[in-house]
Amino acid sequence: METLILLLALFVLALFLGVELITKVPPTLHTPLMSGTNAISGITLVGALLAAGTESSPMLVNWLGFIAVTLATINVVGGYLVTNRMLAMFKRK
Amino acid sequence: MSGNLVNFIYLVAGVLFILGVKGLTKPKTAVRGNFLSALGMLVAVVVTLFNINDVDFIYVIAGVALGGIVGALMALRVQMTSIPQMVALLNGFGGGASLSIALAEYITRAGIKSTSVIDFFQPKIVASNAFGEGVEGTIGLVSICLTVLIGAVTLTGSLVAFSKLQEWMKKSYGLPGGPIGNGILLLSALTAIVLLVINPGNMVAMVTILGLALLLGLFLVMPIGGADMPVVIALLNSYSGIAAALAGFILGNTVLIIAGSLVGTSGLILTRIMCVAMNRSLANVLFGKMAASGEIIDADEIYAGKVTSAQPDEVAMLLETAQRVVIVPGYGMAMAQAQHAVRELADAMEAKGVEVEYGIHPVAGRMPGHMNVLLAEAEVPYDKLVEMDRINPTFEDTDVVIVIGANDVTNPMARDVEGSPIYGMPILNVDKAKTVVVIKRSLSPGFAGLPNPLFAMDHTLMVYGDGKKAVVEMTMALNQL
Repeated sequence: METLILLLALFVLALFLGVELITKVPPTLHTPLMSGTNAISGITLVGALLAAGTESSPMLVNWLGFIAVTLATINVVGGYLVTNRMLAMFKRK
Repeated sequence: MSGNLVNFIYLVAGVLFILGVKGLTKPKTAVRGNFLSALGMLVAVVVTLFNINDVDFIYVIAGVALGGIVGALMALRVQMTSIPQMVALLNGFGGGASLSIALAEYITRAGIKSTSVIDFFQPKIVASNAFGEGVEGTIGLVSICLTVLIGAVTLTGSLVAFSKLQEWMKKSYGLPGGPIGNGILLLSALTAIVLLVINPGNMVAMVTILGLALLLGLFLVMPIGGADMPVVIALLNSYSGIAAALAGFILGNTVLIIAGSLVGTSGLILTRIMCVAMNRSLANVLFGKMAASGEIIDADEIYAGKVTSAQPDEVAMLLETAQRVVIVPGYGMAMAQAQHAVRELADAMEAKGVEVEYGIHPVAGRMPGHMNVLLAEAEVPYDKLVEMDRINPTFEDTDVVIVIGANDVTNPMARDVEGSPIYGMPILNVDKAKTVVVIKRSLSPGFAGLPNPLFAMDHTLMVYGDGKKAVVEMTMALNQL
């Protein structure tokens, strides 16, 4: 139970921090912000690795793990690359 | 590797994500921020790989290879006009990943090993502490169910949003009863969650939650029109983050919770910004239609005999003598592929000593900040892109405003005509400038379906025709002056 409360505390504090940070992002960068957060949400790759199952797991778990790893990796690779591509175009005079 | 060390490194990764988002608060630090965030991801993934020994690596390697190739191809090939579609897909994939994690955890922890489909649906006997002791077990199981619910809604909802943005799905479909139909779907899914908590081995309940949630995602987004997709993808962005954070609760993983919360709040804040920019509530965007106008406004009455048209070379003469020009682009400019031509016109004006800025309305593109990316691609310096609140006070000192591909966001009725359907929507006050040049194919209305009195004003000049061609002709005429 203590772990759960600690995780909940982390969640709530992270939400407040998120609000403080995101409200400071200028409108110019809102699209890279969205694709950048797509990449960050690819953190589910960590969860996918943890849930991917072992050799003794039922096939269904292995396949779900494979789907999760694939989708999360698309988010990580696609998200960071496309964000970088966009940000590289933002130049000052 | 000890659990404490792993958790410490997850904390480092979480801090890198936070610094990454902080970098995005300024264009100058944004590239570095994105890099820090990617570094955090690398750290988190590598430490996890060292920490899992008994995983069947064939599936992991295959997944990373396939996902890496697909992700890289998408990122390198996508056109800047199609970024909203890509973000919609990535939102959906994020939801799908969380959904798959939750299902895999459920099957593993409940110890379900079925050999046939019929056997799979039989109720199973699940150890009372399979998801944790006492209350913790209930919370664990509820977290799994909520992750399935939100993950599935995000997945199918995003796929519909993608189809709408891609214009594969042009019509709007919905359940009979609209929000009530969706409400019944949601209530049924929640009931199935309660049944599953009472009997954690109730496979039919689990499959029902999944099925209903997938349907709910479809029916939530299908009735929403294409023009409102910016709000929808921002909201689904938020859902994908919440699903990731919930998956963090299932696995007791700190970095998933930190990262998921950041994404969740980001999506919510952007949703709010877009709603404010359209002067509509989120409920109105999701469930309502744009209010029908109280009295039908006769477009002919507004336009008749009052519209002045001009040729590109006449506009060029105006531009030559101007001191300050503001360009107001809308998505129509991107549709006409005119952003490079517009930048060349701006260059030609600047060469003659004219001060040029761009006024960007928050809903100018097809997602938050989209117009800025489209102009940045055409090598417009970002310090020339001025947001609505900062550009509005400057219109009175502006000699010429060039409106290209934008309509509703310049409609003075939103400011002046109480009772008009768009009344209260924040607009760019372009009519305060000395001269307004509107480049447009015809006098046809925008998304709101309303005539725009701006077009009939004495100091407005209409340049009819293709946006790109008109701008190119203006540039040529200006260079010859």
